[in-house]
Amino acid sequence: MRTSVQELIAKSKDKKSKKIIEKLIPILLFLIASVSVLTTIGIVLTLIIETITFFTRVPLSDFILGTTWLPFANSGAQFGIWPLIVGTLKITGIAIVVAVPIGISAAIYLSEYASDNVRRIVKPVLEVLAGVPTIVYGFFALTFVTPVLQSFFPDIKIFNAISPGIVVGIMIIPMIASLSEDAMSSVPKSIRDGALAMGSTKFEVAWKITVPAALSGIIASVVLGLSRAIGETMIVSLAAGSTPKFDGDFTGSIQTMTAYIVQVSKGDAGYGTTIYYSIYAVGFTLFLFTMAMNILAGYMSKRFREEY
Amino acid sequence: MRYIEQEKVVRRMNGRMVVNRVFQGLFMFATALALLALVILLYRIVSQGAGHLSLDFLTNFASRFPDQAGIKAALVGSIWLMAVVAPTSILLGVGSAIYLEEYAKKGRITTFIQMNISNLAGVPSVVFGLLGLTIFVRALALGNSILAAGFTMSLLILPVIIVAAQEAIRSVPGELRDASYGMGATKWQTIVRIILPAAIPGILTGSILALSRAIGETAPLIVVGIPVIIQFLPEGVMDTFTALPMQIYDWSSRPQAEFQTVAAAGIIVLMVVLLFMNSIAVFIRNKFDKSY
Repeated sequence: MRTSVQELIAKSKDKKSKKIIEKLIPILLFLIASVSVLTTIGIVLTLIIETITFFTRVPLSDFILGTTWLPFANSGAQFGIWPLIVGTLKITGIAIVVAVPIGISAAIYLSEYASDNVRRIVKPVLEVLAGVPTIVYGFFALTFVTPVLQSFFPDIKIFNAISPGIVVGIMIIPMIASLSEDAMSSVPKSIRDGALAMGSTKFEVAWKITVPAALSGIIASVVLGLSRAIGETMIVSLAAGSTPKFDGDFTGSIQTMTAYIVQVSKGDAGYGTTIYYSIYAVGFTLFLFTMAMNILAGYMSKRFREEY
Repeated sequence: MRYIEQEKVVRRMNGRMVVNRVFQGLFMFATALALLALVILLYRIVSQGAGHLSLDFLTNFASRFPDQAGIKAALVGSIWLMAVVAPTSILLGVGSAIYLEEYAKKGRITTFIQMNISNLAGVPSVVFGLLGLTIFVRALALGNSILAAGFTMSLLILPVIIVAAQEAIRSVPGELRDASYGMGATKWQTIVRIILPAAIPGILTGSILALSRAIGETAPLIVVGIPVIIQFLPEGVMDTFTALPMQIYDWSSRPQAEFQTVAAAGIIVLMVVLLFMNSIAVFIRNKFDKSY
């Protein structure tokens, strides 16, 4: 005798294994989803615990007030973080000067002027630019940008802040351009059409309508770009040198927070030495900087969003 | 009374048009500049490295002598690394995405997890290296093995995969889901047989793009303590290894000019691998692009 569909359903509903699966799966998936939260907790705890060990050997006040970073000295090693922060700020400053005008101009061009065909070509190319590994950019800075700069300004040393700064800027252009363009594209067409109908030129629409309306998104994209520049590691490790300096010189070797971490990791600092713990203290400082930037970017895009 | 003074408008019109033209030119120039940077970068690397590319370069181990230096250990090491990163990160990423999209109730915990994921995406890769060094290399005593580096990389790209998988799952139309429930399927059956198959192109595309980021990352590998000079191939996930970006970093930072050529050749290999992965992603996106 053939069983009816209803009976099949009833039978299948009785299966215990199925009920157990339906109960277990959500729990399992919740555990998987909590890995990302555990990662954050892991990062914060790791950094805090190892940094505390560091501060049992080096006073906190020396670290946050000191202006000399001499970790490798045989006697009288000094751990004042400021030279590394200054190095990081030099790179970030140049990067922003390069990336903000170019990135925002490209965003305005793509959202206001470019035809669909141009956009279809330019946007994937920008994506490629964003996908180039940072080690490749580092190589480019060291072997191309620095020699080119040296041929114009002979004072510039092989390792300097300008060349990696420019290249970090090139690296964050796609990010600023595409995030700003997203913000500008979300400004409703009706507002734009209204302004055009009143006789505005395209530039006036872009400058007086689109950019102000998308300002929160544009600022957020710049802040995220800043955060990327602060955390960038390979370009500065290859091209900026390893001389922590507390001054305003851009033409000579400097060191950033990220480059210091790489320098120590490469050099096989023995586990448990003060230098070993110092990379966590520097990493924690770096983490605080980028975290502050990311939170600021999130706040900016929420707080000043224009709702249409 | 006239609302518009015609002469005034006409007089100013020329100036406004000129300003518009000038700025259009400036914006175009800036965009071209960004594209030019990419062209110069690719041209420089190809022209520097192409001469060193040969079959020997792919089959030789690293060497003190630039003309004998090869990339075999790094290429094989990167493949091993991907063999750990791909399953780990896709499993964790897709699992998290399913939980967040299908099971999680909208509330504080879900918002918190979501916020945490976007913050995690902004943490510098070198900090992930510190996490890997403490947890995987030291605490779990995995040493500088493929497994330790692979887990570190997996956590690094996890946020990207979660977000991509979430978008893919969200784009599956509700009718498919309702139809499945209407036919008497359970929630898990609906997810496995209806939602995941429909979302797989999006998930794969996002995952491959995330993996191509992992294959080019250098900083976490350095911090985890991956060596550069390796004269043997790894035989298991507990072996130590080296990877393409590590090898390129080492060659780039050597003072001899000959090694810059070798580094450029290594970069070409890395870029070809990336190009290959990206074309697969584009192929999947076009092939399975179903619009409902």
